[in-house]
Amino acid sequence: MKAAAFAYLKPASLPEAFAALVNPHAKVLAGGQSLIPALNMRLSSPELLVDITGLPDLAGISLQAHSIKIGALTTHAQIEACELVRKHVPLLAQAVRHVAHAAIRNRGTIGGSLALADPAAEYPACAVALDSVLVIRNKATERRVKAERFFKGLFETDLKQGELLVAVEFPLAKAGDKSVFLELTRRHGDYAIVGLAAHNERMVFLGLDSKPVLLQKKTLRQTKDQLPRNPPADLYHSSATKRHLAGVLLERAWNTP
Amino acid sequence: MGRAELPLHAPGTKLERGYIGRSVPRPNAKRLLQGRGAYVDDLRLPRLAHVVFYRSPHAHARIKKLQFEKSLKCEGVIGIFSGKDISQYCTPWVGVLAHLKGIKSPPQHAVAIDRACWQGEAVAAVVAETRAQAEDALGLIEVQWEELPVVMDMEASLSGKEVIHKELGDNICFARAHDTGGVDEAFARADVVVEETFEFGRHTGVCLETRSILADYNAAEHSLTVYHSTQAPHMMQDIFSRHLDIPEASVRVIARDVGGSFGIKVHVYPDEMATAALSVMLRRPVKFVADRLESFATDIHAREHKVKIRLAATRAGEILAFDLDDLTAIGPYSVYPRTSGIEGNQVVNLTGGPYKHQKYRAKLNVVFTNKNVTCQYRAVGHPIAVALTEGIVDKAAAKLGMDPAEFRRRNLIADEAYPYTFPSGVKFEKLSHHKCLNLLLEKMHYQELRQEQIQLREKNIFRGIGLAAMIEVTNPSPAFYGVGGARISAQDGATLRLEPTGMVTVMCSVTEQGQGTEGIFAQIAASAVGVSLDKVRVITGDTATTPYGGGTWASRGAGIGGEAVLQSGRALRSNMLDIAAAILQLDKNELDIADDSVVHRVTQEKKLPLEELGRVAYFRPDTLPMDFQAELTVTRHYTPRQYGFTFTNGIQASLVEVDVDTGFVKLLKHWCVEDSGTVINPMLVDEQLRGGVVQGIGAALYEECLYSPEGQLLNGNMADYLVPMAAEMPDIVCAHVETPTLQSQLGAKGVGEAGTAGAPGAVMNAINDALAPLNVRVTAMPFTPERILKALAKV
Repeated sequence: MKAAAFAYLKPASLPEAFAALVNPHAKVLAGGQSLIPALNMRLSSPELLVDITGLPDLAGISLQAHSIKIGALTTHAQIEACELVRKHVPLLAQAVRHVAHAAIRNRGTIGGSLALADPAAEYPACAVALDSVLVIRNKATERRVKAERFFKGLFETDLKQGELLVAVEFPLAKAGDKSVFLELTRRHGDYAIVGLAAHNERMVFLGLDSKPVLLQKKTLRQTKDQLPRNPPADLYHSSATKRHLAGVLLERAWNTP
Repeated sequence: MGRAELPLHAPGTKLERGYIGRSVPRPNAKRLLQGRGAYVDDLRLPRLAHVVFYRSPHAHARIKKLQFEKSLKCEGVIGIFSGKDISQYCTPWVGVLAHLKGIKSPPQHAVAIDRACWQGEAVAAVVAETRAQAEDALGLIEVQWEELPVVMDMEASLSGKEVIHKELGDNICFARAHDTGGVDEAFARADVVVEETFEFGRHTGVCLETRSILADYNAAEHSLTVYHSTQAPHMMQDIFSRHLDIPEASVRVIARDVGGSFGIKVHVYPDEMATAALSVMLRRPVKFVADRLESFATDIHAREHKVKIRLAATRAGEILAFDLDDLTAIGPYSVYPRTSGIEGNQVVNLTGGPYKHQKYRAKLNVVFTNKNVTCQYRAVGHPIAVALTEGIVDKAAAKLGMDPAEFRRRNLIADEAYPYTFPSGVKFEKLSHHKCLNLLLEKMHYQELRQEQIQLREKNIFRGIGLAAMIEVTNPSPAFYGVGGARISAQDGATLRLEPTGMVTVMCSVTEQGQGTEGIFAQIAASAVGVSLDKVRVITGDTATTPYGGGTWASRGAGIGGEAVLQSGRALRSNMLDIAAAILQLDKNELDIADDSVVHRVTQEKKLPLEELGRVAYFRPDTLPMDFQAELTVTRHYTPRQYGFTFTNGIQASLVEVDVDTGFVKLLKHWCVEDSGTVINPMLVDEQLRGGVVQGIGAALYEECLYSPEGQLLNGNMADYLVPMAAEMPDIVCAHVETPTLQSQLGAKGVGEAGTAGAPGAVMNAINDALAPLNVRVTAMPFTPERILKALAKV
């Protein structure tokens, strides 16, 4: 379990980073919690690692007029500890406690998690449920994409060659909003068997498809009927079990005051 | 014999126990916590080469062609070798023992020749200057395979439709039948007969430090030094000597710090033998450290049983007979040198063990499959035997409408019945089932819990209480391995030396795996000699410096190694008193040793500090009588021989809550009452029990090595193979009954495996107790949410 040889660059500015990312065999290194194991198991052998952790302005949480803006390099631990997040994005505050273990939360970043788009990860589902906006830059311009359109498939996003996810903006919670995050794991910190990020009418499941699954809230039964017929089985849970468990979570969220 | 030489368990010896029975901290804990452990991978030797192995991607396939051309050109590569190349330096082995009648297995090579029999079996070795370079070259090896039919399923293997090793005729490694007679008659006259088939998943021990070996061959001396993460240095010395053809005394095995073993590191591994052979071949040090993926694919697995069991009882609640049929699969080879027949054999020996029925019949088939090999892992066979027994006992109690605790009370062997021969033929010296049951019920407030359970069921909360009584093999005599021809020592030895300053150095053949053995040896030595604990240093894990012995396995370290330390310490104390008597010109019987000083036996008046005794004995013996010779280094050995095994007993209980919507099991609390004889260090004993319980919970709820129908290991990594973790573990309450064994002066029995033995059965019974109102049961471990949901017909 030793990574194949690769070149390493730690740019000090965004232009320098964008110049390096022209290389189609380059990979972006942020917290490294998914990439480094993949390298060591030789599941991935990029020519170049572009370590963005030295870039200014990509970290930090700030209160904007209508949103909380979280820089891509913000760690899970920082989100977990943030009063602004707790107050204005309660769904994310609930979800972050389910992200892996303390050591991983100390290093892993929100940008890394969103850009990787693991279908069992917590943030993509939260981003879709909250109708948040992802801020993406390349060397020339900045564009903004709704979370619902950002996640395309299994580990597949709207990010294009040479682009970096720089921040995500979560709308501020309003009085009377209902946010519920639930997930089932056999051990605390594992990837979820199935999870649910629910914000008002938007009920988004993780672990049920190759990307977050948004259901339209109708009656409980009608909402339940929208669950995917054949969610992908995992090592321990058949498709039928996952669908059953998703239904249980939906009911529990429904009944949460 | 002075008072201090009485057995610790003799009447009136309570005051002379010194550090025995005290929770003192382990002397090596601070060193390990400061990062100063010395594990194999910490070693740096000049000209060190690294080996990695090309492992078969197929479960069963013939090697048509191995091509190394491209990989040989890689930077840093020293050499690439096939099984045939390595066989010139290392002879093959066969994992059979004479006392397991009829056991068979084919010869196994360090690196497979011609054919791979499981996914992960090594078929080529790459040696390079660095591990990364070796892995680079590994990726360029080209192999042409001819896939062969795979045998994955135990029943298919038993049927013999496809035979893995044609030369053996069938797939049966070992079979055994045991019958007391009268079983059919007992079932015929029973009022109640219950039957169940239990399944146990294949799982493994996950050591924090993976398997590691650094072999350093010295051609000038034709000698081999092996730094090895092992439990049994002397056994490995013998094996390296035999298979590499190096004189035994020229092989030195050093096991410094070992980061956990659980039975994983007491077997001969092909890749480790290949590493030693490569060192001889290349005349330089070679290191192999298994990575985590290799560990899952090649560290021995364990369990994988399917057992049908029946129990016959009278209406009054008397168990009449057990009848069982065990089928277990062990992979393609019986593991050398302990064999893979022992676990099944233990199931036959131990099932029904706590109870007083007289009729017993058992059938065992151990079969080959194309999965990784299985062998002895913590609690060998016990978790199976206990879960079977306790599962069927609970089912019988339910059918009789009797409380499970009461049903056990009626059937447990009476505490006054010993010595006792169990219908399987094993003999118990002295057990304490009823004392343990009573203590357990008191500790857990059994009646209150039952009432709470009834109240909660009205609120649709499904709680369950599970009990599991057990017996456990510890302190094995040569009957375990030696009688079968294995060159595995049942004896251990300890050398104690008084240093000139009054300090004591202990060298013992039992090894430290992180469990605290060195700590208890220091306690015993200090107590036996009469010095304070800080005056003792312990050395283990080096065949060149310690007495010969078996090492660490089968819960034998404290009971056997500890007894050798005690006897050696008492002999040293006596020798020290001879010197003191000569110096002080007093009668030896007037003297004793306490608090680092020679004292007057009656008044306890200090007569001579030990550093003065040491000074005179070593530097001024000219002042002693002409015919006096000081002997301040002594060695004593100990082998238990009166009984085949020194059985311990105990009982565990589990309290769980089953979420009937999700199938999730929440562990609320666990209790373990154990009688391991003399408790040397209560803190270490309790932590052994807790750690063992956690591994048992792993078997019950989480751990299973999953294979595809084609023989691919599907979850060989720490994300997919679920080891139990702290957040899900319940509080584990430990309590003790102490019935010392009278075979030794120390009176200690083993405790390292007890937790693992009983926990799976207790958890299973608790889950089934919780599910009882819904009239469903689960019988296949691990009890995943899906299995519970299926039992509930929710999916």
